[in-house]
Amino acid sequence: MEDLTLEQALGELEQVITQLDAGDLDLNQVLALYERGQWLARRCQQQLDEAELRIEQLAGNG
Amino acid sequence: MFGESYSVSEITAHIKERLDSDPTIQDLWVRGEILNWSQPRSGHCYFTIKDAGAAIRAVMWRFAADHLSFVPQDGQAVLAHGKVSVYAPQGSYQLYVDALQPAGRGALYAQFEAVKERLAAEGLFETSRKRPLVPFPTTVGVVTSATGAALRDILHVLGRRWPIVQVVLAPTLVQGEQAPSQIVAALELLYGRDDIDLIIVARGGGSIEDLWAFNDEQVARTLARSPVPTISGVGHETDVTIADFCADVRAPTPSAAAEVAVPDQAQVRESLSGIQKTLTESALAYLHQKAQRLGDLQQRLDKLSPELRVVRHRQQVDELASALQRLGERSIQARRERLVGLVGRLAGLDPNATLARGYAIVHKQGRIVQSADQLSVGDELDIRVARGAFRADVTSVEEAR
Repeated sequence: MEDLTLEQALGELEQVITQLDAGDLDLNQVLALYERGQWLARRCQQQLDEAELRIEQLAGNG
Repeated sequence: MFGESYSVSEITAHIKERLDSDPTIQDLWVRGEILNWSQPRSGHCYFTIKDAGAAIRAVMWRFAADHLSFVPQDGQAVLAHGKVSVYAPQGSYQLYVDALQPAGRGALYAQFEAVKERLAAEGLFETSRKRPLVPFPTTVGVVTSATGAALRDILHVLGRRWPIVQVVLAPTLVQGEQAPSQIVAALELLYGRDDIDLIIVARGGGSIEDLWAFNDEQVARTLARSPVPTISGVGHETDVTIADFCADVRAPTPSAAAEVAVPDQAQVRESLSGIQKTLTESALAYLHQKAQRLGDLQQRLDKLSPELRVVRHRQQVDELASALQRLGERSIQARRERLVGLVGRLAGLDPNATLARGYAIVHKQGRIVQSADQLSVGDELDIRVARGAFRADVTSVEEAR
């Protein structure tokens, strides 16, 4: 997996959306961007889930 | 024969100078008994102080005598403070007394006051000199007796409140004549280390004489120049020593000194768990904020899904396909019609119809005979007519022209 921080991933996701929003792309580009966007979103979600789990575990051990 | 000679005044002046330049006798306490006390009208007091082996003449000027808190009497044991100098007119040395106290407790008290005043005048007790204690000391130096109850109390309190603290004991006598120099040495020992965060100077309760080492001027001065914060815990709550004034913090007892030296683990644990809770909360709040941002982005992204576009494209494709199909069907129809025409025309060309009109088809050995040249007499011919077929032999051949 790519080594992306949450911030980076969120930032890139925003860029992807801006690009998609702008239109004037061909379908292949749109598909590639969309796929990347969903991948980024999943990855962010995963990172957030993991972070939350860790925080809860750490807090629980206190 | 005669060397250089001095006048009496010259040699007396020389002796006086020698005495006056000796710091030991410029500021000292002398103890002994009063002899020949006299206070003429002038208000100045003249007397002798003696002990079993010696006597010294003494004078106390009126301004000092005015501060006397008792009436001195011959035979009374006293402690006199002052300096020794020469009284030239009589060729004698004498003690110029600026303070006189009855010996015993009173004298001790006077000595206490004198040291205290002197050190206070030097600013050693100034509040501005007091340093704050280290909130979480790692290593505490303790100056006290290795065998006393004070050490036991200190270790007990430290162990209860902050068990992870390291204790470096600098053992010393805490009473008796050797005590002050030992306390000074013990302090110096700790000053020489670089791992000490805090020093406790302590001694359990006792009489004022027992605690006297902690009123020693050298002890006080040494304590005052400690490189690290100091706590004094000497005697009981009511006891106050010079060391108490010099230390950064005065604790009433050794146990109390240990109490202020280290934090209480129970409190630290409690505040720590509060901090931990806050930490967790703010970490989760951070996550929450990020999750919200992500949620927004996810929504926007979903709205931008290429699905609609694909659907639209599919529709286009469908339309094009059906147009194509229509075109195809139309051209097939045209061909079909053409075919029917051709079939009709073909039907007109059917040999059977010709046969029906009375013609015959002649085959020789499977081949249609179109010319008499192909035939010889005796050949077998297969002849097909509209209904049925028969075989015939060639009996004669007529050449074509």
